[in-house]
Amino acid sequence: MHDRKPYLELKQISKRYGGVAALTDVDFSVYPGEIQAVLGENGAGKSTLIKIASGVTDPTEGEVLIEGKPVRFKSPTEAMRAGVVCVFQELSLLPEMTVADNLSIVDPPKWFGMIDAKGQRERARSLLKRVGCEDVHPLELVRDLPLSRRQMVEIAKALGRNPRILILDEATSALTADDVERVYGIIRELKASGVGILYVSHRMREIEALADTATVFRNGRKIETFPKGARSVDAIIEMMIGREVTHQYPEKPQPAADRSVALAAAHLAWGREIQDISFTLRKGEIVGLGGLDGQGQRELLLALFGVLKGVSGTVAVDGKPLMLDGPRKAMQAPLPMALIPEDRKTEGLMLPMSVRDNMTLAALPRLAGRFGVDADKENAAVQLMVDRLRVKTPDLLAPVSALSGGNQQKVVLAKWLMTEPGIILLNDPTRGIDVGTKQEIYRLMRELANQGAAILFYSTDYAELIGCCDRVLVIYDGRIRRELAGDELNERNLLQSALNIDATEQAA
Amino acid sequence: MTSSGVRRGALGNWRFWLAHNSGVLTAAVLFLAMFTLYISNHSAGLTPAVATTAANKAVLLALVAMAQTLPVLTRGLDLSVGMVFVMANCIASVIVVGTVGEGMLGILAVLAIGALAGFINGAIVVWGRLQPIITTLATGAVYYGISLFVRPGPGGDVQSDIADLLTGQVFDVIPAALVVLLVVVLVVWIPYRRSVLGRAAYAVGSNEQAAYMSGVPVQRAKLLAYTLAGLLASIAGLMLTFNTYSGEASAPIAGSYTLNSIAAVVIGGTSLFGGWGSAIGSIFGAFVLRTIEDLLFVFDLPPLWQPLFQGVVLLIAVSLGAYRILRVRNRLELFS
Amino acid sequence: MTGVDIGSARAPTLAERLGIDRSVAIAFGCILLILAGGAMYSREFLSPEYLLQQLQVGAFLGIIASGAMMVILLGHIDLSIPWVVTLGAMMATAMVGWGGAAGVWLCIPFGVFCGAVIGVLNGLGVAYLRLPSMIFTLGMNAVVQGLMVLHTGGFAPLDQATEAMHFIAVQRSLFGIPNALFVWALVGCFVIYVLKRTAFGRAVYAVGNRESAAYLSGVNTNRVLIGCFAFSGAMAAFAGVLLAGYSNKAYQNMGDAYLLPAIAAVVLGGTNILGGRGNYLGTIAGVILITLLQSILSVMQMPEAGRQVIYGCVIIGMLLIYGRSAKARS
Repeated sequence: MHDRKPYLELKQISKRYGGVAALTDVDFSVYPGEIQAVLGENGAGKSTLIKIASGVTDPTEGEVLIEGKPVRFKSPTEAMRAGVVCVFQELSLLPEMTVADNLSIVDPPKWFGMIDAKGQRERARSLLKRVGCEDVHPLELVRDLPLSRRQMVEIAKALGRNPRILILDEATSALTADDVERVYGIIRELKASGVGILYVSHRMREIEALADTATVFRNGRKIETFPKGARSVDAIIEMMIGREVTHQYPEKPQPAADRSVALAAAHLAWGREIQDISFTLRKGEIVGLGGLDGQGQRELLLALFGVLKGVSGTVAVDGKPLMLDGPRKAMQAPLPMALIPEDRKTEGLMLPMSVRDNMTLAALPRLAGRFGVDADKENAAVQLMVDRLRVKTPDLLAPVSALSGGNQQKVVLAKWLMTEPGIILLNDPTRGIDVGTKQEIYRLMRELANQGAAILFYSTDYAELIGCCDRVLVIYDGRIRRELAGDELNERNLLQSALNIDATEQAA
Repeated sequence: MTSSGVRRGALGNWRFWLAHNSGVLTAAVLFLAMFTLYISNHSAGLTPAVATTAANKAVLLALVAMAQTLPVLTRGLDLSVGMVFVMANCIASVIVVGTVGEGMLGILAVLAIGALAGFINGAIVVWGRLQPIITTLATGAVYYGISLFVRPGPGGDVQSDIADLLTGQVFDVIPAALVVLLVVVLVVWIPYRRSVLGRAAYAVGSNEQAAYMSGVPVQRAKLLAYTLAGLLASIAGLMLTFNTYSGEASAPIAGSYTLNSIAAVVIGGTSLFGGWGSAIGSIFGAFVLRTIEDLLFVFDLPPLWQPLFQGVVLLIAVSLGAYRILRVRNRLELFS
Repeated sequence: MTGVDIGSARAPTLAERLGIDRSVAIAFGCILLILAGGAMYSREFLSPEYLLQQLQVGAFLGIIASGAMMVILLGHIDLSIPWVVTLGAMMATAMVGWGGAAGVWLCIPFGVFCGAVIGVLNGLGVAYLRLPSMIFTLGMNAVVQGLMVLHTGGFAPLDQATEAMHFIAVQRSLFGIPNALFVWALVGCFVIYVLKRTAFGRAVYAVGNRESAAYLSGVNTNRVLIGCFAFSGAMAAFAGVLLAGYSNKAYQNMGDAYLLPAIAAVVLGGTNILGGRGNYLGTIAGVILITLLQSILSVMQMPEAGRQVIYGCVIIGMLLIYGRSAKARS
C-alpha cells in the first residue's frame, strides 16, 4: 500500500498511569502525505497516543522512531525539532501575549540579535492569511480573541513550524463551518506537499471527507487500521464500542414515575456552556448525562452545586427553591447535596493528607463534640466507611497519595457518604479506575438509589451510562439534545445523538 | 499593498500599542500631573537644581523597581532587591575609590557582584526549586550580612569625579541621573524586552505550562530575569553611593526600597500574577511614589502624617489588582 | 478491625503519632549539634540556667512563630509582623495613659486586640480581594508603621511597661521557670489543640493543601483565612506586649528583628512554605534552633554581619536538604 517508509513510527508502545493502563502494546505509524484519522471513544487511548508522539510524556514501554531511527523526546521542543508538531486540544497559546508573539514564540525573525517586531508581524500576517484569518490583527492579544479564532491561531502556529507530521487533536471542535472548510483545504495542501497528518475527531463526516486511512482504538488498544471506504459507518461504530460486554452492572429496578421529585431544574443557563437546560431528578433514580466530552455536562454539575457565578434559571430541591451560592448552601439543602468532582487529585482530595482527614472533612462538624473532634468517634466512623467501601489502605493515617486511583476515588465517595446526602452529583467518577473498583462503584450507586438517593451521573463511558442509568440526558452544545430511557437507551442511539447525527441522515 | 492599506495598518498598530501600554501611559500621565502640581507649588519653580534633586532621589527607586519588575514578570518575586541595592552601595563605597580609572574598575566589579547575587537567587529558585519568597528572604539576609561586613559603620570616600558627574547636570540643564536611567533603559531593558529570553520571561509568567509546551526555554528565562534584577539593583546601589559619597548598611533603607519597588511595579501597570507589564511602567510608578512624598512636603502635610499617608497609598495601589475577581465566573478559578 | 482487606493494617508508630517526620528530626538533630558544639566552646552551654535563659528569650519568638505558622500552613505569609509587634507594644503601654486605673488591667488585652484587628484586615484582603498575602501584608505593614509614627510623634503617649507586663515577660514564679515560657507553653497548647482536635484546624491543613478541594467539601475557606491571619496578628502583638515588658518600654522598630527568624523557625521546623504540611513540634524545634544559633553566634562574638550570612545560608541549606529528601521519597 505504501511505497515509502513511515515518517513516524510507534513500536509496541504501552503507557501506564499508576496501575492503570492507558495504552497497551500499540504499533502505529504515519506516512508522509497521508491523512490518518484516529477514532475511538473517550478514554480509548487517543490522547495518550498523541502525548507520546509529541513528546509531552514518555511511554512506559516501547519505542518511538522517526524515519526509522529510534528517538526519545524529552520535551515537546525536541519533538518539534524532529518535525512532529501538535495542535493541542487544551490550547498552548499564551493569553497575555500578542498573536504575533505567539506565532513566533520560538525562533522569531531577528534583527541584530533582537526580535524583529516588524518581521514578526509580517510573518504573523502571512500565517494568518494562510489559515484565512485576515480579520485577526497580529497585535491583538490572544486573551481577547474568541475561542474559534484562538483555535485558528493555534493551527497557524503549528503551520509556522514547518511540520513533517501534523497532529490535530479535535482541532475543529470550536470552529465555524467556514473555518472547518478552510482547515480541510490546508490539510489537503499539506498532504500534497508530503506532510503526514494525524487527525483526531469525533465527527464521522469529517473523517469521511478527509481521511485516507483510519485507525480505531478501544480500551487502550489498537483495534484496526483500514483504508477509507473499507468499512461502513455502522461497522466503525461497532468497532469503537466493542462487542464484548466487559462490565457487569447491577440490576435496575422497575421505573417508578410516581416517586417524588428530588431536584427540579428549570431554564438553567450559563454563558455558552449551559443553554436553557430543564430536567427533573426523582428520589431513587439514577439519571445519566451523556454526550461528547466538553458539551457542558461538567458545568451543569458545578452549577447545581453552586460553584458557578451568574447562573440563571431556578433549581428546587424537594420542592423548595435552592440558592445556587456555594457548596455549603448545597450541603444544607432539604436533601443534602454532594458532588464527586471531576479531578479527584485537585478538587476531591488533599493528597498529602491522611485517609482519615480526607474522609471526614465534609462531615467533621457532625463528629465534633464539646471539646473538639472526638478521636474515637472519628476513627470509628472512618473505619466503618473503610469497611463498607472496602478501601484498601495500610492504615487510617496513611496519606491518600499512597493509595491506588480506585481507592482514592473510594475515599472521595466515603467523604460524601458521611454527610448522608439525598442528592448525589457524580462527575465522571470512574475515569482512570480499574474494572473491579468500577463495578463496586456501580453497585454502590444502585444501593444508594434504592435507599432513596437521587443520583445525577455524568460519564464519558457510554457502556457505563447504559448499564447504570434509568434515564440518560444527552447533552450537545450546552443543550439537552435527547432523553433516552428503556429500550431506547442503547449504544447506537447514545453515540448518534452524542455526535448529533440524526437517524434519518445516517440512513441516507 | 495600497497606500491606504499601509496607513490603515500603521494606524491599527498605534491602536494596539496604546492598548498594550495603557498601564504605563496611565502611570506616566499620573506622574506628569503630580509633578506639574508639585512644580507649580514649589517656591523656586522648575530650575535645574530642583529637577536634579528630584531626579537623584527618584532614579534610585526607579532602578530598584525596574529590578523588581523582571522576576515579577515571571510570576516570581525578589524580596532581596533592597538588600542587593544596599550591598552594592556598601561595596561601592569601599572599592569605587582612587583615580577615575580605578573607580571605573570598581564600578564594573560592583555590577558583577550585583549580577552574581541575582544569579544565585535565580539558581536557587530554578535548580533548588525553592519558592522565590523564602529564597530571596534568606539570600537577602546574606547580602545584608555582606554589607555589614564591608561597611560595619556608615562612611567611605567615593571617587568624587565620577560621583559628581553622575549626580550633577549634563550641559548644566539635564539631570545626569536621568541620563543614566535612560542609558540603562536603552542598554539593558530594550534589548532584554526584545530578546528571545526576555520574551520567554513574559511567556513563563503568562502560563508556564503552555510556555513549556510551546518550546520556550523556561529555566534560562527565569535565571536571566533574576540575574538582571541583581544587576539593576546594583546600578541603583552605585547611584546611591554617588549621591551620598558613602556607604551605609541600613536594614530599614533596604526594607523600604524592597517594599516601594513592589508598589512601584504595581502602580506601573505590571501584574503581580506575571506575564504582563513593563519596566518602563515601573519607572513611572517609582516617580509617582517619590512625587507623592514631595507633594506632601510642598503642601505642608505634617511630617508625622507622611508615613501613614504613604502606607495607605501603597495599600490602595497593591489592592488595585483585585479587579480580576470581577471577571471570575467559576468560583474554582478563585483558588488558582 | 473487621475488614478483610485491611487485615494488614498496622498501628501508627509513636513518631507518626507525634508528627515527627524527617525535617523535624533533622531540626532536633541540629539543636543537639549546636549544643554539643557550644559545650566544647564552654561548659556554660549545658547549664540549666543558660538553657532556661535561652528558652525565655525564645518564648517571644515562639509566640510570634505560632501565629506565623498558622498562616504559613495555609500557604500564605504574614509580612506585617514587624510593625504589628510594635503596635502591640505601643498600644498596650499607651492604654495605661488612656484608661487610667482600668487601663492598667486592660493594657495587655487591648494590645493583643489591636494586633487581631490588623490580622482580620489582612485576612479580609486575602480572602475576599484574593490578593497575594505577601503583597497585601507588606502594604499593611507600611500602614501600621505610618499609624505608629503618628502615634508616637503626635500624641506623646506613655511608653513604659506596666508591672504586669514586666511580671509576665521577665520574672520567674514557679520552680524558677520563666513566666514567659509558661505563656509560650499556653499558646503552644492552644495551637496544638486547634490543629489536632478541631474542625477549624483540619480545615487549615485542607485549605493549605488544596483550597479548591476544601471549598468543594463545604469548608468556609474565607473564614479559615481570616481566622488564621487574625491569630497571627494577635500573637505578634502579644509578643510585642511581652517585649515591651522585657525591655520596660515600647519603641519604634522593635519588631524588625523578628520577621525573618519567625518565618525561618516555622520553615526550618518542617512546615511547608507552600502550606498544608507541618506540625507544632517542628515549630518548637525551629524556634529553639534559631534561638540557640543566635545565642551561640553572639557568645562567640560573631559580628552581626557573620550572623546574617550564617542565618541566610542555614535557612537555604536546610530547605535544600528537606527538598532533596522529599524528592527522594516520591
